[in-house]
Amino acid sequence: MLKATMKSLLSRKLRLTLSALAVVLGVMFVAGSLVLSSTLNKSLDSLFANIYEATDVQASHKPNLQREDGAPGQADPIQASEVDKVKGLPGVKSATGVVYSDGARLIGKNGKVVPSQARVATNWVGEDEIVKLREGRGPEADDEIAINAALASSSRYKVGDTVGVLTLQTKKEFKIVGIVGYSGNRDSIGGEHTIAFTTPAAQQLLLDKPGFFTWIDVKAADGVSKAKLKADVQAALGDTYVVKTGEELGKDQAKALEPLMNIFRNVFLGFAGVSLFVSIFLIINTFSIIVAQRTRELALMRALGAGGGQVIGSVLLEALVIGLISSVLGLVLGIGVGWLLTKLAGGDLPSAGLVVPPSAIIASFVIGVGITAVAALAPALRASRIPPIAAMRDAANTVKPLTKVTISGLVVTALGVAGLWVALAGDAGDSFWLLLGGGLLLSFIGVALLTPIISKPVVSVLGALFSWSMPGKLGRGNSARNPRRTAITAAALMIGIALVTGVSVIISSFKASISDMYNTGLNAELIIAGEQTGPVPPTFAGSVIDQAKSTPGVSSVSALYFDGAKINGENGFVYAVNDLPATAQMFNLKVSGGSLGQLQAGQLVVDEDTAKDKKLSAGGTVQIQTSRGEPVTYTVAGVFKKSTLLNGFVLPQEATKNFQATNPAIAYIKLASGAKVSEVQASIDKILADSPDVSAADVSSYVEQQTKGLDGLLTMVQILLGLAMIIAVLGVINTLALSMIERTRELGMLRAVGMSRGQMMGMVTVESVVISVFGAILGIAVGIGLGWAVIRALHDIGIKVFALPWGTVIAYLIVAAVVGVIAAFIPAIRAARTDVLRAISYE
Amino acid sequence: MTTAIKPAAARAVDVWKVYGHGEAQVIALRGVSVELAQGEFTAIMGPSGSGKSTLMHCLAGLDTVTRGDVYVGSTQVTKLSDSGLTKLRRDKIGFIFQQFNLLPTLTAEENILLPLSIAGRKPDKDWYQTVIKTVGLEERLSHKPTELSGGQQQRVACARSLVSRPDVIFADEPTGNLDSRSGAEVLGFLRNSVREFGQTIVMVTHDPTAASYADRVIFLADGQIVDELLSPTVDQVHDKLKSLDPHAHSGDV
Ligand SMILES: Nc1ncnc2c1ncn2[C@@H]1O[C@H](COP(=O)(O)OP(=O)(O)OP(=O)(O)O)[C@@H](O)[C@H]1O
Ligand SMILES: [Mg+2]
Repeated sequence: MLKATMKSLLSRKLRLTLSALAVVLGVMFVAGSLVLSSTLNKSLDSLFANIYEATDVQASHKPNLQREDGAPGQADPIQASEVDKVKGLPGVKSATGVVYSDGARLIGKNGKVVPSQARVATNWVGEDEIVKLREGRGPEADDEIAINAALASSSRYKVGDTVGVLTLQTKKEFKIVGIVGYSGNRDSIGGEHTIAFTTPAAQQLLLDKPGFFTWIDVKAADGVSKAKLKADVQAALGDTYVVKTGEELGKDQAKALEPLMNIFRNVFLGFAGVSLFVSIFLIINTFSIIVAQRTRELALMRALGAGGGQVIGSVLLEALVIGLISSVLGLVLGIGVGWLLTKLAGGDLPSAGLVVPPSAIIASFVIGVGITAVAALAPALRASRIPPIAAMRDAANTVKPLTKVTISGLVVTALGVAGLWVALAGDAGDSFWLLLGGGLLLSFIGVALLTPIISKPVVSVLGALFSWSMPGKLGRGNSARNPRRTAITAAALMIGIALVTGVSVIISSFKASISDMYNTGLNAELIIAGEQTGPVPPTFAGSVIDQAKSTPGVSSVSALYFDGAKINGENGFVYAVNDLPATAQMFNLKVSGGSLGQLQAGQLVVDEDTAKDKKLSAGGTVQIQTSRGEPVTYTVAGVFKKSTLLNGFVLPQEATKNFQATNPAIAYIKLASGAKVSEVQASIDKILADSPDVSAADVSSYVEQQTKGLDGLLTMVQILLGLAMIIAVLGVINTLALSMIERTRELGMLRAVGMSRGQMMGMVTVESVVISVFGAILGIAVGIGLGWAVIRALHDIGIKVFALPWGTVIAYLIVAAVVGVIAAFIPAIRAARTDVLRAISYE
Repeated sequence: MTTAIKPAAARAVDVWKVYGHGEAQVIALRGVSVELAQGEFTAIMGPSGSGKSTLMHCLAGLDTVTRGDVYVGSTQVTKLSDSGLTKLRRDKIGFIFQQFNLLPTLTAEENILLPLSIAGRKPDKDWYQTVIKTVGLEERLSHKPTELSGGQQQRVACARSLVSRPDVIFADEPTGNLDSRSGAEVLGFLRNSVREFGQTIVMVTHDPTAASYADRVIFLADGQIVDELLSPTVDQVHDKLKSLDPHAHSGDV
């Protein structure tokens, strides 16, 4: 039995290769994701260990707001006298005040801000174990700066160049006097762009607080342990300070990134899961066809005395061998892909060597072998039920009724939809992901089970398009000939397309909804906002507001400031505005208590829902702690009805001095009647000449700018689902190729009665296109359904418009047809090459 | 060699067919020359392995010859490219196989009209009716092959080969899978089409009864034509076969 299995395995190289390829790709994705995340984690660990290599102990004020992700929040700056205090401690070799911010942006040769992954702005404190001057010297005058080699190479500036830099103040000119590198001849530590100013310039421009520092770097004198130093510094500074050793800082920061890294990994694993799910379809189909073709052979084995168990064993053994080979290949390829992705995703992170976690190896084998075995189980069971008598009968596929499949399909789909519904209705709580994932999975399986019955009418209508020619008619007949086979093949395509369509629908609805919100909720014509080129959203100088106000054609300007905050001790978010009546008019705010007049110091306004939530009403008080300074108690001056665009706590401008960003991030401009948008926009642009990372846009281009990122997201999803699609296309090729083998005689007969090679290829292509387009139609239908459900669920957060991405939908259909043509290529050539003689010779 | 007076519908000239090389070499045909007259029903007989199918495949342009020439009508088959062969099969040749003759996705009628639709030609209505009537399939035209008996399927195959009025129809053991009654029906039908419509038919068979329907029987042995009979009877064929087969005395042919 073993020998017979191996022989039949080797004699069917094509089906072996194709079904193995599906598993290989799936396993590759899983292994690649795990290798990528482990490698990145290790790189990050070593990056942070590296950054703090030269730091013995660091002291800073306790942050006012602890951020949710555990990263240190903004802390109040430290007075220079505190640095001296630390310097005077016994056991301290040196104590350096460091100014640190991510708020300095270099203007590049093209007049735009140089884009960066991460920005560092600091004061120049000389070289140390890590920081090495590569060229020139450190800044000595307040209009001199040094930049790191990474920034120098991406901006192509050299020592001696005069450049513009944006800080808390608008553009200022500086002379580059030095280029900094790092130990080990590195251009940066982790891909960051660094600008170093003199200490007074840094204090003025980065903190707006002359004489203050962000933290103190402390070095231990010889023979003093870091732990001892830490304790001494802590004791000297008191408990309003956090004091940590370099190692602790490195670990803390690496840890802070862990949740993000985990999300990253899980997203990849999720997409890998989709690919594997699609592979299952391919394998089921392959083994079903193989079993159908081997019916005679297996029946003969039964007739010769093989037991049902042995037949199952024979089919499963074949699956096992495929699974094992695929796992090994998938793992090897996955490690390669992981390495490639690390190079791409890791950017300039220092390489800490490739990490292949044991989980990647275990997962590869468990998944590779497991999935193949599970997928082969049903066909194996079917094989074991082949009666010995089948050896004598013609192996023609008897068409089985679809009642059972259809009923189970209905039940499973209903369960899946119910799961999705509960998840999306928002009552799921902790089991949200389980219900969402399970619901999706069941829906897909359910629809796949329903596909055979759906395929009949749809395929016949689709096929009718091609029936004008004989090969087309034959192709149509062939695609309708085995509904299960066509259905499984199409269902595999359906999954990827459904997910992509779902995401497209959600994104287009998002865009439409946001655009709708601005069109109905905003009573202003121009918006000043920044284009984000780094991790921190850009802001602009407050002076812009006054300049804009006095521009001819402008009626009013409403600037918005943002900050994280603790509101009565709870984490939250606050706004501040410069001119509340103007804001109220632009956002159509309606009073429901108190007044929306100009805010005085210590006053705020809040929307009705938030007020209710915090049990507030006009005249009540609330304590708010912003990023800096002491908590402030505010009186509620007014309550407004829930509006489309602006809800929550709105503070007076005076509060912004204790915000992390003291400058406005966005400003809305209402024009005087009769003013022309384009003219005013041109004047505003002139005001913004020194703020190259912000610009004035009309509402529609602003919305477009804001939603541009969503298109990138869609592209990401499409790329990640690309693999699932490729597997599904392999499925089409596989099904067709196996069907061609099955129909060898028929093909030979067609050749014998005068069918040309071209006509043969046409016939196979029609079959392939019909299957692919059918899969696409299914996928689009299911995807639109999914998108609709999600959008409905998001109705409460303001996503109220359901928009179908028609262009995308049509594009998918066309792509499916093209894919059908491509998938048909190899099987079509095989069919066209059918050797008439071999086909008609009797067994 | 030939006694036919009518012009040849197909002809083989000193055809050799060699399979394999060296040790494994098999010479299936050794210089076969034969002319198949128009409007004649020829049967090819001979012991198993004597080269009957090979000869037929070579005549029909399904297989290449090692040496020699094959003509169908005035076309030299041995010189044709794949597209030339396709056109030849479309226009000049009809086939009837032992089994797997019909496309399961098409109805009987569609199967019959298949060669014409492939060629993009319209059927001649009268001729089509005549053919259908002769094979007695009027009632079964809308049936799928799985809904037809073996004999009916074979009659559909006959109708299919006739409907495009080819120069020659080649049939390799067309009754091999049928019981004697269905076989007789099919053979009777083949003979009628020769008698009434002047169709040329070449049939390979093992069955002396089947051969007796033919106008002429050619006997092959070891790749060579060794004998022939005109207007054969079952007994004549039987005797000839016995004398040809070295194992005949052991009882099983
Ligand atoms: N493709 C091939 N490769 C090698 N040898 C072949 C091939 N086809 C046929 N032969 C050999 O050529 C010889 C003639 O075969 P052919 O099929 O023509 O015999 P046949 O007279 O039709 O026999 P049967 O009555 O059994 O059908 C045989 O010896 C056979 O083994
Ligand atoms: Mg033969």
